[in-house]
Amino acid sequence: MNRREVLRTLCAAGGAALAAGSAEAEQTGVVVGERDVLGVLVDTTKCIGCRMCEYACADANGLPTPDADVELGPDRDTSTTEWSVIKKFETSAGPVTVKRQCMHCLQPACTSACLTKAMYKTPEGPVTWRASKCMGCRYCMVSCPFDVPRFEYHSAVPKIQKCVMCFSRIEQGERPACVSNCPAEALTFGRRTELLDEARSRIYTAPDRYVHHIYGENEAGGTSWLYLSAVPFEEIGFRTDLGTTGYPMYTREFLYAVPLVLTIVPPFLLALNRATRRHEEAPETGGEG
Amino acid sequence: MTGGVVSIGRPNLTGEFGRFLRFLLQELRPKGPVLTPFNVITALIMLVSAVLLTIRFAFGIGSITNLSQEYPWGIWIGFDVITGVALAGGAYVMTFMVYILRMEKYHPIVRVTVLNGFLAYVFYAGALLLDLGRPWNVINPVIGNSFGVSSVLFLVAWHFMLYMLAQFVEFSPAVAEWLGWRRVRKVLMGMTLGAVIFGISLSILHQSGLGALYLMARTKVHPLWYSEFIPFLFVVSSVFAGLSMVIFEGSITHKVFHHRVGKVLHRTHDDIVMGLAKICAGAMLVYGFMQLLVLVHGQRWPYLSTGWGAWYLLEMLGFVAVPAVLYFIGFRRRDMKVVRVASVMALLGIVLNRLNISVIAFKWYAAVRYVPSWMEIVVTLGVLSAEIWVFRWIVNRMPVLDFDHGHQERPEQDWVPVRSVARGA
Repeated sequence: MNRREVLRTLCAAGGAALAAGSAEAEQTGVVVGERDVLGVLVDTTKCIGCRMCEYACADANGLPTPDADVELGPDRDTSTTEWSVIKKFETSAGPVTVKRQCMHCLQPACTSACLTKAMYKTPEGPVTWRASKCMGCRYCMVSCPFDVPRFEYHSAVPKIQKCVMCFSRIEQGERPACVSNCPAEALTFGRRTELLDEARSRIYTAPDRYVHHIYGENEAGGTSWLYLSAVPFEEIGFRTDLGTTGYPMYTREFLYAVPLVLTIVPPFLLALNRATRRHEEAPETGGEG
Repeated sequence: MTGGVVSIGRPNLTGEFGRFLRFLLQELRPKGPVLTPFNVITALIMLVSAVLLTIRFAFGIGSITNLSQEYPWGIWIGFDVITGVALAGGAYVMTFMVYILRMEKYHPIVRVTVLNGFLAYVFYAGALLLDLGRPWNVINPVIGNSFGVSSVLFLVAWHFMLYMLAQFVEFSPAVAEWLGWRRVRKVLMGMTLGAVIFGISLSILHQSGLGALYLMARTKVHPLWYSEFIPFLFVVSSVFAGLSMVIFEGSITHKVFHHRVGKVLHRTHDDIVMGLAKICAGAMLVYGFMQLLVLVHGQRWPYLSTGWGAWYLLEMLGFVAVPAVLYFIGFRRRDMKVVRVASVMALLGIVLNRLNISVIAFKWYAAVRYVPSWMEIVVTLGVLSAEIWVFRWIVNRMPVLDFDHGHQERPEQDWVPVRSVARGA
């Protein structure tokens, strides 16, 4: 054995550590100046289930016009052609209609899952998808706690389809199409902090009208879309078992271990290889073969 | 090739290249009968797979698979990639035992194990490409215009590529011997230890990484299978998964390729298998204990009384505890049959575990469950068939199973005089 070999091993390991080690250099989608992220407050007590938001969404994003005759129900879900849908639930307080779409997490699971950065959290808040980068692995779908990204299984050039909070409209200073077209004022667009203040004041001024919880304030580390409800959120189809930790945190420790393993294990293996060398073996050939 | 040229003395490049080509063409021809039942059946499967894949690339993944918005990953990922890579773990464990710990006893099977591992990665990582919706963008995380470094999948993808390279370097002396390139072989031999150390480090990380992929699916995988310790469980189970595969494959390979098995391997094969059985029993004991800790630590025992609990107990008792005991009994009695049964059961246990996490207990609450289409299964069998064909081609030509000379150089008289063979043909 020789220095050459040690160097070779260390260089190889070092290279890999660099390649993977930069994992921690990248912050996992936490937006700087979090208070300024844009979002939407959905007041389900005001929603009348007219589906104007669905039509506006389809119109603004070039999606097919929604079917007017479809029956609203708890099993309706977003699809590759419907980024936003109204679901209807029979609850303890009567029927409730709820608009569902991408929640635009503050720390999205999908963007940290994406190995090509096709899923991208804009500094403004919307989580968008970039066709030129995506390789269609669908790990975003596996990771998303809200099961939002939709994949075009019947296309040779499939896309991921999801609500992008009308990012192009926002860039031009407009509100998302669904918000602009809501006749019941169930949707409020604005800075997330202000939306939280607004939601709290609504609960405070009408404590009997709402359950005292803002869905999205802390769920999965917080989302840009926030919900108010008259009934417990599990009654209107929301998962309440998501925890308050940002999803990228669940893989962070593992990723931190990567550079550690790549710098500690190779020298350890080399030392083990040296230590197990038998005396009769000539040093030049030892360990090779 | 340079090695060959230099050893001749006066460089006659065109002549040498011509001989090389003739040799390759000679080697490409099948050895042995072509129209065997195995060949006909596997060829048919591959043909059907090719047709199915043409449909898939023309009309989208949904045209031949049952994948849905609820189940974005089916058996092409859950079985081909996640299970396949676990079963290919034998290569890193074996190189660790032979090159790091110098357990010389296992030296005769290290080459065939590395070859198996290498081919498994090539074909199963290849199967990953079939599952990608936009495979032309697969280059993005490689060339650096979009490094999604916060992704576990990014790590896994890179480690697959680097580990394939390391395994190729580990196996490359066999290729050099086949071609008669002595000087190239010497250089490649010198790289073995580096490749082994690099390969083991990468394996630890991507074996665990495959488990870490599911860390963000924490509310989707059934609590009996989900825990924050999935990465650890995946690494530990890959040890006995890989070695069980070595035992299982070995028992088949030795029958099918008995004419290629070298003297030393022939003599020591049973000893090797017994040693592996002992290691497997130990690793499964550790694994079983870890699973128990996870169960207790996570306070998951209430789930044991449900249907899912019965399924979980079947996996843990029937396909971890039982094979572990069988391994132990087989080792104590030196009973090859018991050890083989244990290896098959252990392998089934790994298949169960990986499929449970990725497919069966994934979205266990979903109203509409994913069941693979027959076409997904045929394509999987097609990938497997192709791998076996390539494996057979290599084993029949390169010194893989008759590689049993320990750390020394192969003796001169053992050199296959390939060039003269090529000339003679």
